[in-house]
Amino acid sequence: MTEIFGIPVAVILGQLMLGLVNGSFYAMLSLGLAVIFGLMGVVNFAHGAFYALGAFAALLGLQQLGINYWSALVLAPLAVGLVGVVAERLLLRRLYGLDPLYGLLLTFGLALVIEGSLHQFFGASGQSYPVPDALSGVFNLGFMILPIYRAWVIAVSIVVCFSTWFVIERTRLGATLRAAKENAPLLQAFGVNVPLLVLATYGAGVALAALAGVLSAPVILVTSEMGSSLVIVVFAVVVIGGMGSILGAIVSGMTLGVVEGFTKVIYPEASNIVVFVIMALVLILRPAGLFGKE
Amino acid sequence: MRSAGAFYVVAGLFLLCAPFLGVYPVFMMKLLCFAMFACAFNLLLGFSGMLSFGHAAFFGASAYVTAWVATAHSWGAASAILAGVVVSGLMGLVIGVIAIRRRGIYFAMITLALAQLVYFVCLEAPFTGGENGIQGVPRGSLFGLLQLKSDMLMYYVVVAAFVAVFAFIRRVVHSPFGQVLKAIRENEPRAVSLGYNINHYKLVAFVISAMLAGFAGSLKSLVLGFAALSDAVQGNSGEVILMTLLGGTGTFAGPVIGAATVITLQEYLSDVVGGWVTVIIGAVFIVCVLLFRRGIVGELAVLQARR
Repeated sequence: MTEIFGIPVAVILGQLMLGLVNGSFYAMLSLGLAVIFGLMGVVNFAHGAFYALGAFAALLGLQQLGINYWSALVLAPLAVGLVGVVAERLLLRRLYGLDPLYGLLLTFGLALVIEGSLHQFFGASGQSYPVPDALSGVFNLGFMILPIYRAWVIAVSIVVCFSTWFVIERTRLGATLRAAKENAPLLQAFGVNVPLLVLATYGAGVALAALAGVLSAPVILVTSEMGSSLVIVVFAVVVIGGMGSILGAIVSGMTLGVVEGFTKVIYPEASNIVVFVIMALVLILRPAGLFGKE
Repeated sequence: MRSAGAFYVVAGLFLLCAPFLGVYPVFMMKLLCFAMFACAFNLLLGFSGMLSFGHAAFFGASAYVTAWVATAHSWGAASAILAGVVVSGLMGLVIGVIAIRRRGIYFAMITLALAQLVYFVCLEAPFTGGENGIQGVPRGSLFGLLQLKSDMLMYYVVVAAFVAVFAFIRRVVHSPFGQVLKAIRENEPRAVSLGYNINHYKLVAFVISAMLAGFAGSLKSLVLGFAALSDAVQGNSGEVILMTLLGGTGTFAGPVIGAATVITLQEYLSDVVGGWVTVIIGAVFIVCVLLFRRGIVGELAVLQARR
């Protein structure tokens, strides 16, 4: 068995793999945060709660209605996105034009309501979601064992992230979104329904979080708290990448996942805090974030 | 103005007589500790315009330090509290230097993330007792003279501490230093153009607020006899924001009234509704932000001005 610094290569690769899976979730979540922030100027604290809601929607669909994984992959984000749309329409919309801190506080309250309710309905102990048959099993790559589901998560995340990036940076719809960010009243004067655009963006960002939740359900324990500490890591990822930068969110999400995985091999005690330490260093050296312009 | 004076007299009398009116002293002490915590937080948000989403880091770390030196090294009450305040002040210096590089929501997100780092240190450091925290913290004695074991004596020590913190914050806000903080809050570019080194002012305000939050945390660990993860957890940072917002950001009495409301609600609601407390706290947050942004004291002041 080959070793590096006395650690078997297979162990290192395994942890890097796990890191890449976590990085996929970071990337999808920070992408949604960046999209919402970019257009609405709202830091969506409820992002982790919507992520948990996505996982629970899949779980409930399977247990109560017999909806399989593949349908849940589409239906759960739709359902949760709809919840997001309602929340935007009834609550967030009232805060536009005020200090953005109020948006942060409101979504924090929303997160408490969602997570508290999940806790009350489903209890404190976690539940597991079965890996779908078609994705169970492993690839044997010779130098390491790769569970198929993990490879699937990474692949889906890469496809979703880059399609979102493509839509926003390279299509007419994306150009309209960016125009709304620059000058909403002018865009409105051109006959674009800006409030509808904002509503749809929030719904889409929330649906993205829910999709990450469904994807993560088979690899982690589904609990009401699964999103509450994750959202803080994702905030740090977004600060590192530079808020509002789509590509920055994707790249730093993936990279930090890998760095975290690597830390688990070298110095496990620090794996929980390494992202925050990197954030502090980035802020000292480059306060606008790695990809931010300011 | 006259009603404010009357309010302070009534509130002061109530604090002095509370134990004889059948209010449980330990509950009252806990309430006062959180009131101090909220006042410290308000110094930052209300009077300097910085929303820290990580104030539990200072409260919690200080609670742990005091609990540790009092339990493992048998330090007296005053020196144990001093140790906690010094540590939270140093942490405030480090976190402040990093966080004030950005403003507004970024500041909030950065303080949140760094507080999460502190939380993990509290969870994993060798002396903090992991998931259990540090239990059975002795109150010890004050300057070797007053044995603080009696709830009654401890209560008056906490009242004195609270009055001192409250008066200190008023003094800071009304000082020339406080006026500059207010100027920075209202119009930062203007304060810069007037020649103030705003980062220096912000950092000093941050450190003062961190030390006062730490003081509240230290006192809490002596009062209740434990330091636990619940002191340093993100939810505690959220609660202190709620207390301040509910009572009235940028008012002196607001955080105290907010803390009293939230702590009382938690104490009595948890018996009635059990685990729904989190949901209710979240809902109060939403209602506050949507309808009630001035808070209780702020709305009352507006009502009075209208009359």
